[in-house]
Amino acid sequence: MTEPLLGVVVGHGDVARALVAAVEEISGIQGALVAVSNSGCDRGQLEDRIVAAVGDRATVVFVDMASGSCLFAALRRFRDRPRVRVVTGVNLAMLLDFIFHREDDAQTAAARAVEAGGKALGVR
Amino acid sequence: MVARIDDRLVHGQVVIGWCRPLEITRILLVDDEVATSAFEQDLYRLAVPEGVAIDFLADAGAPARLDQAATGGERVLVLTASVEAMVGLQRARPHLIQSVNVGGVHDRAGRTERLRYVYLSGEELKELAAIAATGVSVTAQDLPTTRPVPIEALAG
Repeated sequence: MTEPLLGVVVGHGDVARALVAAVEEISGIQGALVAVSNSGCDRGQLEDRIVAAVGDRATVVFVDMASGSCLFAALRRFRDRPRVRVVTGVNLAMLLDFIFHREDDAQTAAARAVEAGGKALGVR
Repeated sequence: MVARIDDRLVHGQVVIGWCRPLEITRILLVDDEVATSAFEQDLYRLAVPEGVAIDFLADAGAPARLDQAATGGERVLVLTASVEAMVGLQRARPHLIQSVNVGGVHDRAGRTERLRYVYLSGEELKELAAIAATGVSVTAQDLPTTRPVPIEALAG
């Protein structure tokens, strides 16, 4: 059986840790997501943190902003790894969708997460 | 012309924290590695907000471009990742770079923590102190809303 996808959440300050904790609190699922912060890192150190978190697993990397250091670090290191996809603009809704669809391949799960995250946006 | 040393180059703090309040219209990113990599340049373009232009310059070509920018009526942010590159640029164009903002230099072998966001080797500190001694204002400050710390206070 194929190993389920890993989710790595990368963000500024404590954003990633807070999102991962919230997902675990809501879903009760532990260990599906790993949080990485860019705090105190230069470019190389942030890349190293993300690479260490991903390891050799098929992974969706979720970054908090549509550009910036977290995205750049992920794209630099994974542009040639089709088993790793990068999603920008992470939110709680997309992570909650992702953790229940980790049997998909990274591309499918990433696209699905983006759709779920987008549906969470709105003006009521 | 605002000059900043930041080893993350164009990132959130620079774009949101500095470019917006200072109404920067052009970033001159001076870095030999980025200047020769189309991939890296594409990444940094993603981070540049609408209404702000960016030029990618090798260290050697930067002084001439600074001359040009100084007469262009634009609000310019000069960005280097390394202390060495900024000090070299300041020495090449002392009349254009009269203050240097040390915005983010992170930990690596040989460096010592000076502030939460500034780690400098003895040599880097000496180089910055040397340009400060010529009358350049050299301060560490990560964001416009935080207190600038003079370079002299980072020694020790």
